[in-house]
Amino acid sequence: MVQTLYARYVMTMTNRALNAIFWVAPALVILLLTGPLLAGLIGVAAPAFGYFPTLGGVELTWDHLHKAMHVPGFWHSVHLSIWIGLVTTIISFVIVIGFFAAFWDAPFFARISRFVSPLMSVPHAAAAFGFAFLFAPSGWLIRLLSPWATGFDRPPDWLIINDPLGYALLAGLVLKEVPFLFLMCLSAASQINVDKRLKLARSMGYGRVWAWLTVVMPALYRQIRLPIFAVIAFSSSVVDVALILGPNLPPSLPVQILRWMNDPDIEMRFVAAAGAVFQLGATLVALMAWWLLEMLCSYLMRQMQSKGARHQNDQIVRQIFNIAMLAMVTISAASIVILGIWSVAGYWRFPEALPRAMNLMRWLDNASNLWGPSFNAIKIGVAAALISVVQTLLCLENEKRHDIRLTQSALRLIYLPLIVPQIAFISGISILLVRYGLDGSFWPVTIMHVVFVFPYTYLALEASFHDLDPRYMQTATALGKSQNRIFFQIKLPMLLKPILTALALGFAISVAQYLPTLMIGAGRVPTITTEAVALASGGDRRLIGIYALVQTLLPAVGFALALVLPKLLYPNKIYFSKQREA
Amino acid sequence: MRKSRFFRSPSAKQLVLASILAMGAGTPALAQENAPDPTDWQNVLDQAKGQTVYFNAWGGAPNINNYIAWAGEQVQAKYGVSIEHVKLEDTATAVSRVITEKAAGRDEGGSVDLIWINGENFAAMKEQGLLIDSNWAEKLPNYEYADIEGKPTLTYDFTVPVDGQESPWGMAQLTFYYDSEILAEPPTTLEELAKWTEENPGRFTYAAPPNFIGTTFLKQVLYGVVDDPSVLREPATEEIFAEVTAPLWTYLDELKPNLWRDGVVYASDTTQLKNLLADGEIDIAMTFNPGEASSAINASELPPSVRSFVMDYGSMGNSHFVTIPYNANAKAGAMVVANFLLSAEAQARKADEKVWGDPSVLAINDLPEAQKAYFDALELGPATLQGEEFGKTLLEPHASWATMLEEEWSKRFMRDM
Repeated sequence: MVQTLYARYVMTMTNRALNAIFWVAPALVILLLTGPLLAGLIGVAAPAFGYFPTLGGVELTWDHLHKAMHVPGFWHSVHLSIWIGLVTTIISFVIVIGFFAAFWDAPFFARISRFVSPLMSVPHAAAAFGFAFLFAPSGWLIRLLSPWATGFDRPPDWLIINDPLGYALLAGLVLKEVPFLFLMCLSAASQINVDKRLKLARSMGYGRVWAWLTVVMPALYRQIRLPIFAVIAFSSSVVDVALILGPNLPPSLPVQILRWMNDPDIEMRFVAAAGAVFQLGATLVALMAWWLLEMLCSYLMRQMQSKGARHQNDQIVRQIFNIAMLAMVTISAASIVILGIWSVAGYWRFPEALPRAMNLMRWLDNASNLWGPSFNAIKIGVAAALISVVQTLLCLENEKRHDIRLTQSALRLIYLPLIVPQIAFISGISILLVRYGLDGSFWPVTIMHVVFVFPYTYLALEASFHDLDPRYMQTATALGKSQNRIFFQIKLPMLLKPILTALALGFAISVAQYLPTLMIGAGRVPTITTEAVALASGGDRRLIGIYALVQTLLPAVGFALALVLPKLLYPNKIYFSKQREA
Repeated sequence: MRKSRFFRSPSAKQLVLASILAMGAGTPALAQENAPDPTDWQNVLDQAKGQTVYFNAWGGAPNINNYIAWAGEQVQAKYGVSIEHVKLEDTATAVSRVITEKAAGRDEGGSVDLIWINGENFAAMKEQGLLIDSNWAEKLPNYEYADIEGKPTLTYDFTVPVDGQESPWGMAQLTFYYDSEILAEPPTTLEELAKWTEENPGRFTYAAPPNFIGTTFLKQVLYGVVDDPSVLREPATEEIFAEVTAPLWTYLDELKPNLWRDGVVYASDTTQLKNLLADGEIDIAMTFNPGEASSAINASELPPSVRSFVMDYGSMGNSHFVTIPYNANAKAGAMVVANFLLSAEAQARKADEKVWGDPSVLAINDLPEAQKAYFDALELGPATLQGEEFGKTLLEPHASWATMLEEEWSKRFMRDM
């Protein structure tokens, strides 16, 4: 009797504790994520307007903004950023949506999506190097075609990589943003009952593509809007890919800011901060332009829909997207292959198709150097992903329980870290951390990663969580289960797959973080990514190959585990997923 | 404002404000006293024992990284000091970090103990008071054999007086290299270079300033076209600059249409130049490390037929150093490392092309026999110039020239709206 009472007491207390945890989770998230962000923004805005006492800036002034504006090529840099952000997103979006519309229930879809998801794990810098090794005038493609087809025995003097209008940068970014949007669409599509919608439209005689665009797209688009904004913001403020593939006379704005920050003339730090303010503006303009496009497109769609045309003959459209997607996957795969070849290459003279000698010398030389940074990356990545996913689940559950829309709108704030250019606001935070001696160790770096990982895990899980069929929960409640039990015993198992995917995604995002790791880690927490960028500055293509491959391998293992684990844990469970239906 | 970056003094008002803020933030005056005195070397060694030195150095070259790792093993075995190599992609990152720490009031126990540095970064740190205030470097035991007389760049780093605030590490000289199987006779004067690019369009380029090799190439050309180079040792003014550099811009404008990619884009740095040469995109590349071509042959990055040359009228030269920030945590350890890097053993190994190929700062002929033997054992590769072949060293112009050259180049060659 006493024991039962005691057990019940413990259970009640546990329940209360859990309830309390759910209750404080969103507040904690907001504090954790927006605190550093606000501090960072102030740390940027202040010097942009002249206030940075340590460097002798004690009065408010417009001078630095003016100075930034009068740097040769400045407005060109600004235009480049807006243009890259917008066009990358448009192309990636069209390819993904077009492919979804054209092939949703074709067997081809399942086959391609098996290739696309792993591409998500290729870090941006690695993909960019692969792209450059492939398409440069002395790259693999021309080597393979020379001299028998092209007649070249010297590389042609063509401007492909680093072209002034940023087409190479665009292409490199599209290669990475397509897999991201693809995954986001896949997750969103599983929430909106695509097949039912399609069946209805097709029964009314709509062509495959048009049916999809008419009845699926509006619902789907609502779900992927924030990921799209993240893509716009990311592409307009990307640093690493722009350094490798982007224009350099002048460069896009974020690269220009980096140069200012690295200028030994300390005065330039004010100009860098001013540049960051302009970057914020450029990203905002790109977002606004997208918003206008959204309205225009939905107006045009409505006009077309109201005419009632069925567009049954869509073979050509389908072919185009077929080719686009196949090209995308092939180029990405070839990029990885060429990284692998360079990592074992001896001297490789143009136009030989393969190096004269291949050996594992570099791999063996670097094996010991690779282990430490990889281990650091794994530790930080696992911790950051776990924290983010747990926080995400707690927040989502809390929203559900209390049906608080306020929390929801407050949570929008967490997307700010994806929109504010990292390069600027991180330096603001690092001053704060240094002040309290918190830089240069594991936890601060991990927490900083959480700021960037959390929005993605939230994006990845939000839809799945909100669209769980409520009838399971209603049944459980009717059977007298507490909310906490429902959460642990019904929701979590049902969400196993999206949770694991979110973990893998979070891990991948964390592994790829460069600036936060470097600046918060004070260089004392080297990860595979900081080492890769440091080595990339040396331009040794064999080493770049090795580090880029290892950098790719880590998140790839994460995604593979996310795919395999559910099957190992619950071999008999049938998952609600597109692959099965297809 | 950038023009006078080295000599601008803050206004009195700013000084007062800054010192008030500094007092609020910490006590920098006290922090300075923490630097040990290298004349009492035994004391430095005692303090250094067990310390970890965070050595912030560019991490882009695996052979250099391996050399630093070797140095770490040596000082650990000899003095019980360990080195953690913080691999940077840009030295300015370390400068930033010290600035950040100063901004945050961390005047002791800083995260940067030793920085590989020279030129503008040194000038900036020196000007901002981010270095140990005292002359420590000249008091290091191994400084005795530094070649002060033969190498003026050891005491004036890009014309800024070193004042013992950084310790010499290595030498640099602008060196061109080419594949002798493709190009038989490289052009060694500016006229020949212009003529050769005209006959072979698209086969030559330089790095875009403000990359240091790009700026150095501008200075190299400037020395070649200027009537009286002594003017370059004085601070540049708008008028003198415009007059003196006019032939430089004429020369570069003539070169432009015949450059790689028609001069629409330029290389980003020395390593891209090396890759472009390896791929056969260009025929002549340049570097600041005279041993680089031989090193690259050893690493099978370049074919064995690569050779080096310098311009007939001399070539730009300078030195690189290591320095200790004012708030370094392991100052004694950092001094021990700086001293070891100056030793004949470490310098000779650095000069070995199979290791790095970076020229020594020591006066090798003055060394005691036992130490000289380290250098006698070295063999230079076929792509490395020796002694006489280097010709005259052209000294870095006054720092104001570099800044104005970079700005003017941007104005002329940067695409604008």
